[in-house]
Amino acid sequence: MSNYLYILWIPLLPLLSFVILGLFGRKYLSKISGIMGTASLFIATLVSFIAANQYFFVDGKVNGMYQKIIAFKYTWLEFSPNLSIDLGFIIDPISVMMLVVVSSVSLMVHVFSLGYMKGEERFATYYSFLSLFTFSMLGLVLSANIFQVYMFWELVGVSSFLLISYYFDRPSAVTAAKKAFIVTRFADLGFLIGILILGYYGGTLDIGLLIERLTATQSTPFISITSASFLGASMLTWGLTLIFIGGAGKSAMFPLHIWLPDAMEGPTPVSALIHAATMVVAGVYLVARLFPIFSMDEAALTIVTYVGVFSALFAAIIACTQTDIKRVLAYSTMSQIGYMMFALGVSKNGGENGLGYMASMFHLFTHAFFKSLLFLGAGSVIHMVHSNDMRDMGGLRKLMPITHISFLIACLAIAGIPPFAGFFSKEEILMAAFRANKIIYGVALFTAALTAFYMFRLYFSIFWNKETPIHFNNTDTNNLDLNVHSHGEGPWVMKLPLLILATCAVGVGFIPFSNFVSSDGLALEAHTDLVFSIAPVALTIIAILIAANFYKKQNAKSDKIAASLSGLYTAAYKKFYIDEVYIFITKKIIFPYIGQPIAWADKNIIDGFMLLLAKVTSNISVSIKGLQSGKVQNYALYFFGGVLALSVLFIYIWK
Amino acid sequence: MQEITLTQILFVSTALFFIGMYGLFTRRNLITMLMSIELMLNSVNINFVAFNKYLYPEKLDGLFFTLFIITIAAAEAAVAIAIIINLYRSHNSIDVDDATEMKY
Repeated sequence: MSNYLYILWIPLLPLLSFVILGLFGRKYLSKISGIMGTASLFIATLVSFIAANQYFFVDGKVNGMYQKIIAFKYTWLEFSPNLSIDLGFIIDPISVMMLVVVSSVSLMVHVFSLGYMKGEERFATYYSFLSLFTFSMLGLVLSANIFQVYMFWELVGVSSFLLISYYFDRPSAVTAAKKAFIVTRFADLGFLIGILILGYYGGTLDIGLLIERLTATQSTPFISITSASFLGASMLTWGLTLIFIGGAGKSAMFPLHIWLPDAMEGPTPVSALIHAATMVVAGVYLVARLFPIFSMDEAALTIVTYVGVFSALFAAIIACTQTDIKRVLAYSTMSQIGYMMFALGVSKNGGENGLGYMASMFHLFTHAFFKSLLFLGAGSVIHMVHSNDMRDMGGLRKLMPITHISFLIACLAIAGIPPFAGFFSKEEILMAAFRANKIIYGVALFTAALTAFYMFRLYFSIFWNKETPIHFNNTDTNNLDLNVHSHGEGPWVMKLPLLILATCAVGVGFIPFSNFVSSDGLALEAHTDLVFSIAPVALTIIAILIAANFYKKQNAKSDKIAASLSGLYTAAYKKFYIDEVYIFITKKIIFPYIGQPIAWADKNIIDGFMLLLAKVTSNISVSIKGLQSGKVQNYALYFFGGVLALSVLFIYIWK
Repeated sequence: MQEITLTQILFVSTALFFIGMYGLFTRRNLITMLMSIELMLNSVNINFVAFNKYLYPEKLDGLFFTLFIITIAAAEAAVAIAIIINLYRSHNSIDVDDATEMKY
């Protein structure tokens, strides 16, 4: 077993930069904070690449099977010799894969932000929050203990909250941050209960041990957890479903998705990092991490499948109608995560049946690159146009060639056109769905076509359509006679990440991913069946052509279609009224019938009792305060009186 | 000459104690109060010596206690007089009734 202790540096470096920038950044380091944060992350990224290289190519494999390695372990809270909470770092294919994804996407976002956030007053704070997020996410993917996962899970939530509300002077950003935090917190309650259920029956919180105990069908923990039942489902189903609810909250699965579109209030690079590439896939990662246990329980997997496939379709339909480019991307993220979820759901553990698992991880991997590319491209566009609304854009292809090319590549990748990255992973997912369940396959295929449609609607609306109604800052009239295009696409620090990510979006599909990541550590045969690929690719191309027809030139065709589907269109445009349902439930049901009685009880009963205690104490003190007269001799008198009373008590009464 | 009994000595020491206590309660002058406390301490000393002599003549514990009390009384007098001097400096008086600020 070789030494992997150095991976400690990967999360520690961002933590260090968070602490330094958080404490001293604004006052002393505001000029170099961006460089510092980026540099520390650059080193962390290098280290994670070294670790990935060592694991995948040097010594991770034993007898053709990738091992789970505990790189580091420390007993943190020991409740009893059998039950303790350990802090540990686990190295296995998915954690190493996530390390690479998180650190490299985060690095790209750090570099991009150097340009995008330049001149912000709270620049150093921004970088310290980014570092905090990166630290938490890296810690999350490395955690070897489910309780540790939970801690990092919450840390990720906090840093997401902080970054969404970065522009805290905008009320909408504040509301969005609160919404994101509360919705995910609510889901995390399920996660916590799920952890407790699994921990109670498994007798441990260590993920490796938990999997070992709960997958051995003859073992006592497994028998007890499957035989105990509550409301007609076994405790295993309950535990896993509750954990999945936690994951669904983070990963914006229906019906806990409502926070994700609003989270787009944060700075765009943040959306690229947190709400596209890394944090939102934490739910998928969690299910994958516990997949051996999930695979023991058909019911929980069925829930995962249907929630995933429904979210994928649902979000894709909404994405077709939105006009805020970041919201379109947010719904597309939700839809793609739905893909990953149902791919996990239709999978089995081990061997050829584990295709779905591999496909899901593969899609997670490729999606991280092209989705962060899309967001950064959108960031570039927003930086230029000063608007989020695609109706304000058009014809930008000449003004921003690099953004245009990279955005196009990302769109082709997400639509699944060969040979771009998304094609390979989506094919694997469709293949897995095809083998497991034809209905799901059908929905997935339709969603793939929708994906291509709305992505190219976005692409054509931004870069083609009408000609350049560019909004420069009109207040800035002095600069108008200068070169109006001097603002251009932004500095090289904004273009470089786009180029790198575009290269990744083209290239990562060719990685023989199935050799590295699979449900049981054994290499899997790759599937690129040409005949099978015909249907999805053909559908995708048709969808792209329709989008081109509607949006390449300004015309009224799309409006006509929208009018003919008016009911559906309005419903989708209003996001199927899910927000309204939530508002109705909270404002009309929870607040008046649950919240207010509790508030009343809190004010009158709990506070009342405390006030009573205080009142009684205060009254007694007022009535006897005259005893403290300030006269020494009085005190002496009380003293002697007391001694006398005690003497009488002990001598005559207490015999 | 008649032998002095323990009871007689205890009578003297009790009288001395209550004289001291009476002085402590009635006098307002801090120096006098200090003297009264010394009286009370000395009555305790008499008790120690008397009990030692009459009950445990072969031991010396009572005598040692007396020596300790005398020593501590000397130290206590020094501290008390220092306090009194400070009080005089701040209040221009050593009357306890003039120093009643420490009340509710």
